Amino acid sequence: MRKIAIIAAAIGLAACVYYAGHHRGGKAVRGPDGKPPASSAPALTLADLNGNKILTSSYTGKVVLVNFWAAWCTPCAEEIPQFVALQGKYRAQDLQVIGISMEDQDRTLRDFCEKHKVNYPVIAGNQKIAEAYGGILGLPTTFLIGRDGRIRAKYSGLVDFAKLEQEVVAVLQTNQ
Amino acid sequence: MRRTPFPFRLHDRWITIAALVFATALAAAQSSGRSAAASQLTPGSAELIQPHELLKAIQSSVKPTVLYVGPRFLYAQARIPGAEFIGPASDPQSLANLRKRVALLPKTSAIVLYCGCCPWDHCPNIRPAYNELQKRGFTSVRALYIAKSFGSDWVEKGYPVDQPSEHSGVR
Repeated sequence: MRKIAIIAAAIGLAACVYYAGHHRGGKAVRGPDGKPPASSAPALTLADLNGNKILTSSYTGKVVLVNFWAAWCTPCAEEIPQFVALQGKYRAQDLQVIGISMEDQDRTLRDFCEKHKVNYPVIAGNQKIAEAYGGILGLPTTFLIGRDGRIRAKYSGLVDFAKLEQEVVAVLQTNQ
Repeated sequence: MRRTPFPFRLHDRWITIAALVFATALAAAQSSGRSAAASQLTPGSAELIQPHELLKAIQSSVKPTVLYVGPRFLYAQARIPGAEFIGPASDPQSLANLRKRVALLPKTSAIVLYCGCCPWDHCPNIRPAYNELQKRGFTSVRALYIAKSFGSDWVEKGYPVDQPSEHSGVR
């Protein structure tokens, strides 16, 4: 019995060390009062990889996650299946994920999206789009936008999806 | 026959200590395995230069050659003053650009490489660039340690940046 307890403790400790070494959760940027940034998401006219026109203003009334990423960016690629899962789970409640890929060359982007069964629009990003979101100076970067079109949070780096899902659900339940 | 408790307690204690040490070492090795296997550019090593050190260096009279080996979009938005665009070193074409850029430099030239596209452990560019210059015999190359991103570790600290219009070449 004692040996089992020892082994369990060792496994627990190992799990803690491993978690601490790997999990660097994205930083949610909020205002000085603890409230999210109050700025509005930019109104842009974009085109997805299939050439479909996307007006970001048409998403007003939905909760939107805008994820800046690149296929060569390992942590970004690791996040994609989780965005796919979130989109699938909350589509009916008006969640819309948009991927903006910041590739230098997007020759493999379509293959990547097909392989990962990406179920939301992906746009080939550029500097203009990045600047419209206040500058993207590292990947991945994700914005949570409320139904009112205002940016509720910005996550720099890897996202803690358990936390993100809670925040998405909270925003989905409001009219803002 | 009843066994004396003392030796068993001692024995169990050693098992506990050994198990904990082993498990901790194993987990720590797993945690750092990816970066250690990829390169020697481990945080804290002498091959790295910290952002505040580079800031001092670029403000001094003897500036290092600063080469940016990351993706275009980042350099196009903001860059370290004087940094030259090479391109993402995970791309063979950019490595060729790097070789061409340093071809005429003395092997003892002070060179700083930086990327900052993504968290340090995951950066696909800094290690290929560093290894390329090591391979070519450069003896004074350092990689700028950017823990999280260029935004978090340079721009948000208020360190100076060149804006797009200030250097030709890449927007």
